Amino acid sequence: MIRLEEYIPIVGQSVIEDLRLIAARLKGKTIQHINSTSVGGGVAEILNRMVPLLQELGVGARWDLIKGGEQFFEVTKKFHNALHGYPGEITKRDFEIFLETSQQNINEVDTCGDIVFIHDPQPISLVKKRHGNKWLWRCHVDVSNPNEKVWNFLMEYIVRYDAAVFSAPSFSRRLPIRQFLISPSIDPLSDKNKELPQDVIDRVLLKYRVPKDKPIVTQISRFDRLKDPLGVIEAYQEVKKYIDCRLVLAGGGASDDPEGALVFTQAMEKAKNDKDIHILLLPQNDIEINALQRASTVIIQKSIREGFGLTVSEALWKAKPVVASNVGGIPLQIKHKYSGLLCHSVQGAAFAIKQLLNSPAYAKKLGQNGREHVRNNFLITRHLKDYMLLFLSLYHGEDVVYL
Amino acid sequence: MTPLLKAKEPFRFYTRLHLSELTGLRATTLGQLVALIKEVPGSSIYHHTHRFLQQHQFFSPEPPNDFAYWVTEILGEKELGERLASIDIMQFAKIHDLREKIISVIEEYLKDVRFSQLKFAREGEEFYFIKSVSFVIPTDHVADNLADFALIMKEITFDSIYFHIFEARLRLEKKANDFSNWIENSLGDKELADELAALDPYTRTLDDLRGAIIGIIDKKLFEQ
Repeated sequence: MIRLEEYIPIVGQSVIEDLRLIAARLKGKTIQHINSTSVGGGVAEILNRMVPLLQELGVGARWDLIKGGEQFFEVTKKFHNALHGYPGEITKRDFEIFLETSQQNINEVDTCGDIVFIHDPQPISLVKKRHGNKWLWRCHVDVSNPNEKVWNFLMEYIVRYDAAVFSAPSFSRRLPIRQFLISPSIDPLSDKNKELPQDVIDRVLLKYRVPKDKPIVTQISRFDRLKDPLGVIEAYQEVKKYIDCRLVLAGGGASDDPEGALVFTQAMEKAKNDKDIHILLLPQNDIEINALQRASTVIIQKSIREGFGLTVSEALWKAKPVVASNVGGIPLQIKHKYSGLLCHSVQGAAFAIKQLLNSPAYAKKLGQNGREHVRNNFLITRHLKDYMLLFLSLYHGEDVVYL
Repeated sequence: MTPLLKAKEPFRFYTRLHLSELTGLRATTLGQLVALIKEVPGSSIYHHTHRFLQQHQFFSPEPPNDFAYWVTEILGEKELGERLASIDIMQFAKIHDLREKIISVIEEYLKDVRFSQLKFAREGEEFYFIKSVSFVIPTDHVADNLADFALIMKEITFDSIYFHIFEARLRLEKKANDFSNWIENSLGDKELADELAALDPYTRTLDDLRGAIIGIIDKKLFEQ
């Protein structure tokens, strides 16, 4: 279990002192997080670290789960896609399934926290149980262009909360309740982000047969159309006309995702005549991802849509120059030409990669700026601070609160 | 060296922590931007002129506010960006006056450069208005004399420096900063107080600002 004091060398003693000052104002309160899964996915990853840290700070924190069968989670997956703006039919029966399971959870889940913190749409209906305590809804999804049918259905519940929390300003909409902007975060002490000795990095490169003879351009993402791996290959091909380099496209398993498997096959096909393209289907191994990022000269995140795009913060934390699409939460992490380069097209990505490969001093400066930007804004300590301030804000309506 | 003067009143360091509250308001054009700047709460003007600086410390002395960044990078209006970036925030003791200045700069530009009214941001690149909710909390750090003060200055967070310099001057409508106030009123050193009050915090990174304050005080301590 990682303890707060281990973050002091990274963020400084005074940042941790501030966390203790805020936590003291929350003494006696219980924060109850509720979501739908304890493993897998970004929410569970964050809560696994956040809950013990809150407890260490003396804030009562607990984490409960709702239950649901296969049908329920199929429907909530449809909701998720619809909120992201995918076309797709949501039937009357889908809503019925959602309501039936929701009712079971309303009957069974004890919502005793002083503050009940609901994550994502799956447990959203629990708010029907509110009884004088405070309720927060945390939306981790990009809802900038949601399917209106699903959004309107959820709005029936959202308006009953005290406040909603979004990850990026572009996800906000006019709502009759308060809404806050809280970005997710990375943990600098996790396997994915901690410092690695050079020999570990070299062993990973050796394992995946990636020589260090040329600059390495990398995108770490699952093989998903929305991460545009084919566009990344096209950008690399543009760059390759002028600069000899390697491309690493590495991502998680796609075997249980039919579309992911198709995208992987298409990427392999597109790359087959170029031995400098390395398409790696990685098992879930955070150390290896960390090593590949650290071995890279430039890191790309050419997504078409993003919930937040924390791989950008991961790369910046390693002081890497990053080229990324201007979507979702990415522009919060990269200010163009200051902490990385933003792009809107394959050609734009190629141009930016060439700039960075040809101007190492500029690339280095962007990487350094990016690391400091992440240190100040996207580490778990900032996230913890924001959450605690959010809890306090539920008891104060004013713009300046004296504690 | 003369013995250190004990302050009439000790200086307690506070910290000021921000939470960003979304307003749901967004602008696509300069016309919409200026209309919303007139309408949003003062804590939103504060957010876009001050929080930006704090979140992007490495920018300084580049675009010191969100409005300048957006019109330059998203609308491509570099001249207006320069005019907004060069607003001397030090002159304004009230958010209300700063807001009026920003409005007049944009409205003048819209009159001067008529085609700028036709520029608009792509979807997803609109200007989103956010406001700051501030939490002011006393820390455990207290200084009784100048030497202690200098030592604590080396340790406190940027948030604390921010509170005593920026928040005190502008948002709470105080003319000088808390440090110079204390040095003048509790230590009776007007010369040192004036030197600290004259620092322009808007054209430095917070780290540079901390270094400058410590440098000035250390020099004074050495002279004593």
